[in-house]
Amino acid sequence: MAEIKLMKTPAETGLAQAYETVKTTLPGDAQSRAQAFELFTKNGLPHRRVEEFKYTDLRALMREAAPFAGTPSADEAKAALQDTKALSGVKAIQVPFVNGHFVRDAVDLGGLPEGVEIVPLAEALASGHEWLAKLSPVSWANQNPVYQLNTTFMADGVMLRISGEVDTLIHLRFVTASASAVATATRVLVLVEDGASVTLLESHESTDGANHQPNDVVEMIAGDRTNVRHVRLNAEGDKALALSTLALKVGAEAEFFSLNVVAGAATSRHQVFGVLNGENTKVRINGTTMLKGGQHADSTLVVEHAAPHCESRELFKTVIDGEATGVFQGKIIVPHHAQKTDGRMMSAALLLSDGGTMNNKPELEIFADDVQCAHGATCGQLDEDLMFYLMARGLPKKEAESLMVQAFLGEAIEFVDNQDVHDALVNVLEGWLRARA
Amino acid sequence: MPAVQETIDQVRSIDVDQYKYGFETVVEMEKAPKGLSEDVIRFISAKKGEPEWMLQWRLDAYKRWLTMQEPDWARVSYDKIDYNDIYYYAAPKKNQAPKSLDEVDPEILRTYEKLGIPLREQEILAGVEPERRVAVDAVFDSVSVATTFKAELAKAGVIFMPISEAIREYPDLVRQYLGTVVPVTDNFFATLNSAVFTDGSFVYIPPGVRCPMELSTYFRINEKNTGQFERTLIIADKGSYVSYLEGCTAPKRDENQLHAAVVELIALDDAEIKYSTVQNWYPGDAEGRGGIYNFVTKRGDCRGRNSVITWTQVETGSAITWKYPSCILRGDNSRGEFYSIAVSNGMQQVDSGTKMIHLGKNTTSRIISKGIAAGKSENTYRGLVSAHRKATGARNFTNCDSLLIGNECGAHTVPYIESKNATAVFEHEATTSKISEDQMFYCQQRGLSDEEATALIVNGFVKDVLQQLPMEFAVEAQKLISISLEGSVG
Repeated sequence: MAEIKLMKTPAETGLAQAYETVKTTLPGDAQSRAQAFELFTKNGLPHRRVEEFKYTDLRALMREAAPFAGTPSADEAKAALQDTKALSGVKAIQVPFVNGHFVRDAVDLGGLPEGVEIVPLAEALASGHEWLAKLSPVSWANQNPVYQLNTTFMADGVMLRISGEVDTLIHLRFVTASASAVATATRVLVLVEDGASVTLLESHESTDGANHQPNDVVEMIAGDRTNVRHVRLNAEGDKALALSTLALKVGAEAEFFSLNVVAGAATSRHQVFGVLNGENTKVRINGTTMLKGGQHADSTLVVEHAAPHCESRELFKTVIDGEATGVFQGKIIVPHHAQKTDGRMMSAALLLSDGGTMNNKPELEIFADDVQCAHGATCGQLDEDLMFYLMARGLPKKEAESLMVQAFLGEAIEFVDNQDVHDALVNVLEGWLRARA
Repeated sequence: MPAVQETIDQVRSIDVDQYKYGFETVVEMEKAPKGLSEDVIRFISAKKGEPEWMLQWRLDAYKRWLTMQEPDWARVSYDKIDYNDIYYYAAPKKNQAPKSLDEVDPEILRTYEKLGIPLREQEILAGVEPERRVAVDAVFDSVSVATTFKAELAKAGVIFMPISEAIREYPDLVRQYLGTVVPVTDNFFATLNSAVFTDGSFVYIPPGVRCPMELSTYFRINEKNTGQFERTLIIADKGSYVSYLEGCTAPKRDENQLHAAVVELIALDDAEIKYSTVQNWYPGDAEGRGGIYNFVTKRGDCRGRNSVITWTQVETGSAITWKYPSCILRGDNSRGEFYSIAVSNGMQQVDSGTKMIHLGKNTTSRIISKGIAAGKSENTYRGLVSAHRKATGARNFTNCDSLLIGNECGAHTVPYIESKNATAVFEHEATTSKISEDQMFYCQQRGLSDEEATALIVNGFVKDVLQQLPMEFAVEAQKLISISLEGSVG
């Protein structure tokens, strides 16, 4: 029984060539990049026979590797940022990245509010900054091929340190602006010191019509008694293949909330790898996905309860129109010692059209005997009785549908406590519904 | 909440070192040469007096199997199996086509007596007539040693016989259906089975007939170093009904033995098949030595409109279980059900579940699975529910709970839910919070403690699962009835 060896795809060959071209110019420790790329090359792009990518076959979806974008000039960066709209109504410190490079001119690094420190990553990598030791907080994320690619190619990003209570919102703005397709690999490390609190926003935009390939990683180490709220908006261009990872390690007695809203990209996969590393911590991870046409969106989530007495809540809502495909893969891991764990995971999907597909895989892996873990998954269409009720009261069909979709998705957005952010997200949702009608 | 004491005691009483069926029967056996080759397949085929097409079918499967790789996606681990270190055929010497029970080796009869399996029709009739009678096909290693009530069943037009006999007597019927639910190329173990299967049962229920009694097959692995590769084919023709039960045990041995079976069910228009399993293969000892590798492919095809297939399983045995009894819901309005209680102890590894594939309109399915892991065992539920584009109005409800006893074991849930049809409604849940507060309040108001009330309500629920089993064989399963699932995790 001979081992079947897969042929290298054009995208894999392209990535190997890209690595050869850029490896000498990328800043910092070349060895860790080489290691990551070696791991990646061993297995190649993940395909449907790789369990974690069963529903998102990157080998098939990524036809060609786009060239990595160079550093934009000051004017180019300025022009790119002028065109951005995502979450623009929300008052926040702007931390922009254009084509994967931190736009230094746009941020007054010396004049940041108290408790906020920002270090540009490219320089830090080049100079061997001490915070670099904190990169890759979730060790098992290194096994992930998407993460490996980011580690191989990460050219720039920032490291952010938060101490004390920071009231001002921080907005990480990722923009890809280029008429032709480019690839980016941005890395952001967020260190939240013990007792600190902060609200982080992320928005991801790219120009329509080009097959951009952003691969972003945000890593976060939140200490004990921290309170972090994290809202991420995917408003990528209509042809983009967007890969992203949130790697998270949370200490004791902390609260963490993250919401990912997917409204863009042709193909997207957002991975959350979370480790609850201290007792009595509460984590909530939500997702809201709106798909139409031929879009494909994957939400993959692994939460490890590495300490006892923690609580995690996961709520993912997906609405599918046209011939779109939604994917939810969630996994809660409870090792032997994590007694009194309370984990609940829910994925609900709404199919609005006959051509849509939803794939759900809510998984539990439990080794402790005194825990409460639950997962649920539903999939269906709009409730006919409720539709009838609304239409009997004079609402046209489309409006009744919109109202119900809004209520359905709203459940996951509800948890955003900042009113401006909440309203901005509701706007996105309404915009999606209007475009549909 | 941790498990309640009652549950712990119940699970303990069926722990691996309490295995009651581990004795060995000493009879003279005839075996095929060790290992797997075309010659061995020809040997098996010749022993069974098979027609040429059957041999060809086997050889094609074997050729295919040589190109396949053993699956490794299940959450089980074991040393590589040496497929050339197994006897693929072993039959008692004195069993050369016995005409009646009197010709069967008395040692074998005693074995079945000890196992409590009735092989003599008159014995059953002599006493007080039980509510329902059961026809038994007893399979000992590679051959069927006796099939009871054949004549009486034949009067109703029901064919119930070892599959090797059916291939000779009803070749057209077998050929029409064999391999149509589980294709020869389906998976590594099914393909292996297609090449080397030895015995198993064949059932055909003619149109409109309600099978007059329970049918059952009792599988016994006895001989050392042998694998058991049985093949069961059940066809319920239009408007018919049959309830079928299989039981299985094996002697205690230090080495692992392979059991790779294929079961195919076909339900035509308005037909119903109930298939129940009490799986009690030798699970190995407390250190994980020995035990059966139970790698089984079971699939039912609801081919006709309004057809129903129900799988019920009580799984307590086997060192490793790899089994996913499934339903293909092809006919409009057809229904598939899966009820399972899987208890793992010692070093057992279970990776089991079901697949419900909705193809037809208004098809419904229900999955109720309870996994209980104790000792150092691993218990995984793996299930797929899928609705294809044309499965308008498909419905599924899934509920899978698991319970851990001690913190050296693991309980895992891996459900796959795939929907390609907007009108399909799928619900999956894995909690025990389904006990409503109203019910609790009602019980407590009548003086029951929290625990008693929970036990009562949960037991009422579990009983639903066990009542799917035919009465006669529910005894073994009854032990599990009182297992409270209090303290379940999802």
